[in-house]
Amino acid sequence: MKNKHGIGRIIKFVCLSAFFLLYVAPFLLIVVNSFKSKDEIVANPLKLPTHLSFSNYTQAYSIMNFSSAFVNTLIITVLSVVVVIVLAAMTAYLYARKDWKINKFFFFFMVAAMIIPFQAIMIPLVKIYGSMHMLNRWTLIFMYAGFGAPMAVFMYHGFIKSIPIELEEAATIDGASTLQTFWLIIFPLLRPITATMVIMDVLWFWNDYLLPSLILVPIDQRTITLSTFYFYGSYTVQYDLAMAGLVISILPVLIMYIFLQKQIIKGVMQGAVK
Amino acid sequence: MNNEKSFISKLKSYLIFAGPATFAFLVVMIVPCIYGLYLTFTNWDGISATHAFVGFANYVTAFKDKDFITSFVFTVKYAFFAVILTNVIAFLLAYVVTSGIKGQNFFRAGFFTPNLIGGVLLGLIWQFLFNDLIVYIGTNFKIPILSQSWLSDPTKAFWALVIIAVWQGIGYQMIIYVAGFMNVPKDVLEAASIDGASGFQKMKSVILPLMIPSFTVTGFLTIKGAFMAYDTNLALTAGGPYNSTEMISMHIYNKAFLSQQYGTGQAEAFVLFAIVSILTFTQVYISKKLEVEA
Repeated sequence: MKNKHGIGRIIKFVCLSAFFLLYVAPFLLIVVNSFKSKDEIVANPLKLPTHLSFSNYTQAYSIMNFSSAFVNTLIITVLSVVVVIVLAAMTAYLYARKDWKINKFFFFFMVAAMIIPFQAIMIPLVKIYGSMHMLNRWTLIFMYAGFGAPMAVFMYHGFIKSIPIELEEAATIDGASTLQTFWLIIFPLLRPITATMVIMDVLWFWNDYLLPSLILVPIDQRTITLSTFYFYGSYTVQYDLAMAGLVISILPVLIMYIFLQKQIIKGVMQGAVK
Repeated sequence: MNNEKSFISKLKSYLIFAGPATFAFLVVMIVPCIYGLYLTFTNWDGISATHAFVGFANYVTAFKDKDFITSFVFTVKYAFFAVILTNVIAFLLAYVVTSGIKGQNFFRAGFFTPNLIGGVLLGLIWQFLFNDLIVYIGTNFKIPILSQSWLSDPTKAFWALVIIAVWQGIGYQMIIYVAGFMNVPKDVLEAASIDGASGFQKMKSVILPLMIPSFTVTGFLTIKGAFMAYDTNLALTAGGPYNSTEMISMHIYNKAFLSQQYGTGQAEAFVLFAIVSILTFTQVYISKKLEVEA
């Protein structure tokens, strides 16, 4: 009986491993082919490279202008996330603690607006901000604040509601202002939900395509996703460079994932329970 | 007097705490949304400074637009298969990686990997696979179904899009189901075992009903995601061959930004808005009704 159970476990493990291998095969194939020459790729995409050469990488890196794209993506992602977190946490705090009509109204309004698909907004968005000549990275960061706020306010609101109010009352008696109370007492307590929001927003902003493609008109402000897309489009025939370009673009997130996978999976799980 | 003072102090706290977020929210989401509604009643072409009021003409054009209907039907078909396959596979995977299998944390993290990468990059990876790798395998191992690029045949390109949607989506939904499995109380399961319930009975009568909240979330996310899919569509097929795989989002984008028919494009976007709202509301309503307490 016990033995049978053991065999069942092994079969399950082997099946899962096989499925997993198939699942990650696309990544492995891209990496393998990124080291080969164009002819080698066309001749046999399954063959391992005969020698390790990074020339595809150095070429793709410079043609894509990767360092500039990387810095752009980093600036946009970091600033957008900080803005969303700070603004949403403060807003949610007010909404959760003060029972005012305006708070109830805007809280409901934001939650309801989460259903609006981006496609319903994108055309007027480009028209309005285009006519004001504001299609650049600073506008993009501002837009992420607007698009990211509802979800973050919603998540923070639920979390703050579960924190006992006595803590703040003690702080107020000690003479702390509302802002001080929030930043010194409440915000540190919000760490779990802040971690979840940071993870979800970083993945969103870092990888976003449609909004940046409409807003980031200046070429030198392009993000990694944008420059990879344009690069791939003009080098589709040159598989060797295209493969290397794809690997370079994916690498930063993968490296981050190796170090933070536990936190990321935990964060997503916590976000999912809501 | 006192009242007025308290109003001013309330207003001050509102502006300090919630002012910036409210402003960004209104200016980025609500104003464009209302302005968009207005645009659907005009014939704006994207360039001219003036536009005329045309009533419901854009909506009439939208429903008469054959390509819009085609892309809508295509998207519904895509959503149907993508939503069902993603959820079934994600649920099974979650079941396996919560059953105490060796290396379950590794598998959870591994299956999540595509979610770290944008749809555009994933689409480009699969473009290579469908255009080249599959053809290589098909011609060398004499497998007829693989001997031609999947992206040059409308039916196969449809399945290519479904495959990539499932591949991209199962990791995320799996994590949500894992959270659901872990929330099923152990004592209830033990009680069921003591009462002699088989594994299948436990699944059907205990685990599934208690996991309805997870289905609410995954259903919402996958339905909304399928109807709004754009990135993978653009990177994998760009609507080809012959516009046969142009999904609704891409159709709207092209209508507005390529054909310069902003009013019609915006009207079609609102039709999409209405459809997504109705579908997700119905789905959330039904699954909320099915929820039970442990």
